Formats: sequence, C-alpha cells, structure tokens
Amino acid sequence: MGKPENNVIQQQSDQTLGKRRSLLSIIVAKFMQNKLAVFGLFTLAIIITACVLAPWIAPHDPNFQNLRNRLAPPGPEFWLGTDHLGRDLFSRLLHGGQVSLTVGFVAMLGAVSIGTTIGAIAGFFGGRVDAFLMRLVDVIISFPNIFLLITLVAVLEPSMEILILVFALLSWTGTSRLVRGEFLTLKNREFVLAARTIGMSNTRIIFGQILPSAMGPVIVAATLAVGGFILAESTLSFLGLGIQPPRASWGNMLTYSQSVTIFRTAVWYPTFPGLMILITVLCFNFIGDGLRDALDPRVVEK
Amino acid sequence: MTETLKQEKNSITQDKSDVLLEVEGLKKYFPVKAGLLQKTVGHIKAVDDVSFAIKKGETFGLVGESGCGKSTTGRTLIRLYEPTDGKILFEGKDISGLNEKQLKPYRKDIQMVFQDPYSSLNPRKTVGTILEEPFRVHKLYSKAERKERVEHLLEKVGLNPDLRNRYPHEFSGGQRQRIGIARALTLNPKLIIGDEPVSALDVSIQSQVLNIMDDLQKDFGLTYLFIAHDLGVVKHISDRIGVMYLGRMMEVAPKRELYSNPLHPYTQALLSAVPKSHPSEVKKERIILKGDVPSPSNPPTGCVFHTRCPKAMDHCKVEVPKLQELEPGHFVACHLYN
Repeated sequence: MGKPENNVIQQQSDQTLGKRRSLLSIIVAKFMQNKLAVFGLFTLAIIITACVLAPWIAPHDPNFQNLRNRLAPPGPEFWLGTDHLGRDLFSRLLHGGQVSLTVGFVAMLGAVSIGTTIGAIAGFFGGRVDAFLMRLVDVIISFPNIFLLITLVAVLEPSMEILILVFALLSWTGTSRLVRGEFLTLKNREFVLAARTIGMSNTRIIFGQILPSAMGPVIVAATLAVGGFILAESTLSFLGLGIQPPRASWGNMLTYSQSVTIFRTAVWYPTFPGLMILITVLCFNFIGDGLRDALDPRVVEK
Repeated sequence: MTETLKQEKNSITQDKSDVLLEVEGLKKYFPVKAGLLQKTVGHIKAVDDVSFAIKKGETFGLVGESGCGKSTTGRTLIRLYEPTDGKILFEGKDISGLNEKQLKPYRKDIQMVFQDPYSSLNPRKTVGTILEEPFRVHKLYSKAERKERVEHLLEKVGLNPDLRNRYPHEFSGGQRQRIGIARALTLNPKLIIGDEPVSALDVSIQSQVLNIMDDLQKDFGLTYLFIAHDLGVVKHISDRIGVMYLGRMMEVAPKRELYSNPLHPYTQALLSAVPKSHPSEVKKERIILKGDVPSPSNPPTGCVFHTRCPKAMDHCKVEVPKLQELEPGHFVACHLYN
C-alpha cells in the first residue's frame, strides 16, 4: 500500500457521487417540505414587497386628509376605505407596514447581535467572564420590561429610533443564553480543538468555527423575535407611546378603534391594520417553526 | 549504513540528540469547583508526574484503560491544556510555559489526529476549506499553491482530489479519519499525536488507516505518539510503548521487550487480557484484577496500583515507586524490582 491505489479512489468517488448535496440544499429541501412555512414565506414576501414599494403602488398620499371622505367604506375609490380623517387606509397600511417591519427587523438585528456576542464570549471563555455576564442577563431579565419600556418611551421623545433602541437593549438576553449554551457544547468538539492545534486565534475560532454551527437556533429565535417586536411596536403605538401620528404604523392605526362609534359604524377601519399584524406575525411564526425543523442539527448532520 | 548504526548505538547510550520530544514530570490537575463562588475544593489528578521521551522517527505507543490520563497527556503535550507542572521539551526547548503567540511556530511542528471522525471535521465547511485553514492561519503559499497542496494531500491519504468540494457528512468514518490525517499533515509537522485515531472505526477500516499512517511516516519522516487502549493496535504500529495507570507511567519499554517480558504487574494483567490471535497460541493464564480503578480525584497513596495489585506489599502503600531503568531501554515503576 505504498501509493494510493487508483481503484480505491474510483470506488470512493462512486460511493459518494449519488449524495452530492451541500448542507444548504438539504436545509432548503427540508424547509420546503413544511407547507405552512412555505405559505408563510410566500405571504410575507408579498407583504414586504408591497410595503417596500409603497411610494409607487400606494394609490393616495397616506397623510392626505379629506374630511368629506371620512370613514368611507371600502370601494373603487378607496380600496380599503378611509379613516376618521379621510385618509386612504390602503395607502396608510402600506406605509405603516414599512414602519412596523423596519422596527421588527432592525430591533431583531440589534438584539441578536448583542445577544450573540455576549453569549459567545460567555460560553467560549467560561469561568468568571461567564459568571459575570450571566448574572447581568439575570438582572436584565428581572426588569419589569413593560413598565420600563413605557417609562423610557415617555421620558425620551417617542420615535421609531428610540423604540428600536429600547427593544434591542432589553431583548438580547434570550439569544445570549441560547448562544452560550451552543458554545458550551461546541467549544469542546474536536473540530474546535483541531482549530486550536493549528494555532487559530480565539476570535477566528469563535466567529469562523463555532458561530456558524451555533446559528441554527439563533436564526429560529430571530425569526420569531421579529414577530414579537412587531407586536410590541403595535402595542406601544396603540397606547400612543410608539410611532407618533401623522406617521402611520399598524399599531397607531388601531388607536381610534377604541372609539365605540367607529367600531359600530366603520368596522373595516380597525379590522385591516389588525389583520395585517395578525397575518404578518403568524407568517413569522410559521417560518420560524419551519426553520426550526430544517436547521435541526440531528437532521442536517446525519 | 554507518549512520544508522551510530544512531542505534546512541539510543542505547541515551544520547539526547535524537530525542524529538521529552516530557519531564508532567502534571495536569483539573480543579474541582463547587458552590456559588466556584471555590476550588479539590483536584482531579489526570496526569501525575509522567516522564518519557520520544525519539525522532519512532512511534511511541501510549496505552492504558479509559480514564488513565493518556488522552490528557496527549492534549497537554500539544498545549490544548495548560500543564500544571513539568516540562515539555520539544527539540530541546521547553514549550510548557509558552503563551499562544510564542507557541505559534511550534503549532506547525506538532499536530494531532483526533478520535472521533464525526466531530473532528467542521460540518459547515468543505473538505478543501478544512484542509486549507492551516495555510490561512499561518499565511503560507498562494491560492493556487494551496489548492495544489490540498489535492496532493488528499491523494496521499488515498482520497480522490476531486472530493475537495464535498462536505464531511458525505464521507464515511474511515474516509473522514483520512481527511483528519491529511489535515494533520498540512503544515509538515515533525510530531503527530494520534489520540485514539482508529478506536472509533470498524476493524476492517482500522487496518486501512493504520497502514496509511505507516506509509506516511516513511514518506514524511514523521514521529508518532500513538494513544490507544487496544493493545493489538498498539503492538502493530509502535516501536516503543508506555503503559499508564491512573495518571502515572507504569512501564516503558521497546515493543518486543514489553510483550515478551512485561515487568510491572499491571502490564502483566493487561497483556494477559489480550485474546489470542491464533488457535495454536498457548493461552497464558489470565490475571484478573480485583475492583475498579480508584477515582483520580482521590488516588491511593504510595503506588496508585497497590489497591488492585496481586503482588502488593506493605511498602507499596507508603512510597511512590520511581520509574527506573531495569534493562537498557526498559523502565518500570514498581517496588518489586528494588
């Protein structure tokens, strides 16, 4: 057996030729099997595209008031009717969606970045660093979040930026615990030890070796988090503490649904923004569930 | 010819010029922590005062049962663990106290092949990327040269170079282990530590991988530290063998010497447990050890083996036996030979 024998090589390439699939293609195939998740992705794609293209496809100026048309029912002129100031609901939904989705995505990116970094550091270095960071997490988790949010937003002028900042700063703890757990198990895997024996730096091991393997659960959590942030934004805006009028958001469009007259005479007005929130959050949850199954390492690695 | 003769002579007279790695009094204690403040309440003495030397070009087998500290020894030598005490002399230079930055040049010289071929390759990276990583870390070669070297290495371990773009999950256990060996070879190391490199493989694949390791040793002039619990495997590949028990080195001897004339009662018991490989072989009487291996967090006093040794004397409970050279090249740590 001095040199590798050709037939050994031949045999091996034959053996492996049949299952030539990258990890990504396996994940995609697995995701596609979940009908609900695919439906969610499809619907969400439509919603996001429509909101992004709002300036071009909205039939009216979202902030143009026409009191003669207040609370007009859905019809050929105003597809989804108008609100109490005669603004076109469809146009406002599209523009409001931009705000709601931006808050959801950017807050998620912020929370996931902070959480991943802190979780990675805690899990990788362990010891005192870990103990300190995890106690910090315990403290933040113990904050009465809703009150803190309301107070903060009330003290600082409420705006989209403040909302995103507050959400991100208060919601990274779950991700950090998740990432820490993944790091604790992955850092002693032999491929990480192998990386250390070739002299790879800690930074490179954390971001190049461990993190890609730890991202599965994080992606799932992040997807679900977007839905959560959209709900949180809607709640605060509904209470008047979030996005300020005249700027539309799905949450603040619901504010006037508190009035009994509107509920009795123009039920479409609160219905459509409510539906948008419901459908969008549902889509994120469906996609999250689909990703959870698709990214399950027990399925992927075998 | 005269060269080799001289070398052989040197090894007998213990000239250190042909020693690649020398371990002196190596200790690795893992702290046991408890309580809210994580106070250290004790130590697990995984490796306790182990000394041995590996000569250039030889294969040194390290055997012992699970938990005896053989893998910890290997991992401490390659500085995956911080040694508690002792010296690790690589080509005469002590690398036991170096920090990661000072260690980097030595990282090229000492490499490791891991036990589990399923967890030793990053599942998210292609084989080509995995094999190129060492070059990137050490900033060696151009892109084209790296690719060429990776292909050459894959060929060396008997894999088709076209498989470069595949992911580890597309390979069988034996193929993965060969990729692991190829990775250990990328930086042209002098010493390869095999941490039970074949114990996770099927028996039929084991010999295939062992043969490849044998061939590569000749081609690249490698020195091996081969850690295993399978005496048959160790016998096949080693030139000299060290026997460990509960963190301590019990006996070190050339292969033939150890198998034909084991001196330590533990080695004798261990060898008597090897199934005979041929029906005509006379089966020696099996020495059955009583009890279990004591906990390394609270090892017995004196000789750690005295609790299970059939020949234990009172003296063994008190004094730790020193590893002494009884015959040229044959070391044993036992009071029977004082």
